[in-house]
Amino acid sequence: MSNDSSPSPQPDRRPLIAFAWLWVGAPLVYGLYELVRKATQLFTG
Amino acid sequence: MSPPVAPAGWSRWLVPPAALSVHLSIGQAYAWSVFKPPLESALGLSGTQSALPFQLAIVMLGLSAAFGGTLVERNGPRWAMTVALVCFSSGFLVSALGAATEQYWLIVLGYGFVGGIGLGIGYISPVSTLIKWFPDRPGMATGIAIMGFGGGALIASPWSAQMLESFGSDSSGTALAFLVHGLAYAVFMTLGVLLVRVPRGARPVAGGPSAVEGVQVSASSAVRTPQFWCLWVVLCMNVTAGIGILEKAAPMIKDFFADTDTPVSVSAAAGFVALLSAANMAGRIGWSSTSDLIGRKNIYRVYLGVGALMYALIALIGDSSKPLFVLCALVILSFYGGGFATIPAYLKDLFGAYQVGAIHGRLLTAWSTAGVLGPLIVNWIADRQEDAGKHGSSLYTLSLFIMIGLLAVGFVANELVRPVHARHHHVPAQREAADVERQQPESAA
Repeated sequence: MSNDSSPSPQPDRRPLIAFAWLWVGAPLVYGLYELVRKATQLFTG
Repeated sequence: MSPPVAPAGWSRWLVPPAALSVHLSIGQAYAWSVFKPPLESALGLSGTQSALPFQLAIVMLGLSAAFGGTLVERNGPRWAMTVALVCFSSGFLVSALGAATEQYWLIVLGYGFVGGIGLGIGYISPVSTLIKWFPDRPGMATGIAIMGFGGGALIASPWSAQMLESFGSDSSGTALAFLVHGLAYAVFMTLGVLLVRVPRGARPVAGGPSAVEGVQVSASSAVRTPQFWCLWVVLCMNVTAGIGILEKAAPMIKDFFADTDTPVSVSAAAGFVALLSAANMAGRIGWSSTSDLIGRKNIYRVYLGVGALMYALIALIGDSSKPLFVLCALVILSFYGGGFATIPAYLKDLFGAYQVGAIHGRLLTAWSTAGVLGPLIVNWIADRQEDAGKHGSSLYTLSLFIMIGLLAVGFVANELVRPVHARHHHVPAQREAADVERQQPESAA
């Protein structure tokens, strides 16, 4: 059996997935942190 | 421009962050109010004048989503995200020029007109693609993206405020802030442009459901169906009811408890508004994902039916308990967000994935209508009640009952939704079947 017929290995996308989610997740976490800080004023303000 | 097809082995989990990079950016629109005070003091504007760029941006959002949807379907998500990036970022750059030269019309043109086109095209850009990648969970997929639109303001609001504090809130400081916004959002949105891909085949997950099986209806046919207009009413009523609370949240909670032993301070009211934003965002992902499990019609029964119940509780006994008032308002706002996020999946169920982005764009005119209706009802009635000498919670009682009526109208419209008749289907084979049925109506009975 020839090796030519075997499918070419597919690149590992996991680092790219992690980077992409970090790219959008980091600012979102910042926004949520600021939101929680403000929201606590409802109970303390 | 042909849509970018995913190479073999491309993960569908790269598409939601691509969508989020666009929606988190354009969601900045809801944080426009941060720029109002510096513009008013630097350029001598009134509150109404400083709101003009935002209002024009929202009008342009509705118009460009409605009229640009077909182009988005034809040219694909990368084209749409590129247009959104260029328009949204250059809108800020033109505004920077306007602030630097103290030419306010340039800010209106830049942020409102050019940026507004970016909002509309950007809003619908990932919808169709996400539905094609996640035919098994369309509610969750579009919920993630549309949650981003809510999240955008959460990020932009403190970020823009800190920037203005650092640069100064005179015209040159505001110009510099606009410039940084334009450049930063261009970089941030580039991720979406680079990552977005359309699935290679109709079945993105091996052994999973197909995105293109079942009913497929074109956008031009969809707007001629009663189902489209029923959903238009559903969205319009749900959004009107939500905006009614959102628009007056801070004064409402203060007025409700003004005559009680536990009045609400200004900072506590600001905390309440922030909490509502969180509920709005959580509802987008939470309820939209739930709709994948219980069905779209059922989830709208909850939004509209339970929503009306929450309004009734606020109207009848809201001023007797602060926790009850807050809880009801949070549930209403979560339904408001959920209503936005679930509608693309509802459209997919009824009209198929074929041109769902374009159909969604046309449906967003309901949002524009609700954006005018909701604040108009609550503000106008509150002003009239105040003129009549009323105070406290009674300022809002009539508005709340009107909201219940609107939700009831939406509930009925949702009940009227039926599967789309075969004569509207796009697939030629299905159209032929409809023709045969029309020719032999008696034999089918």
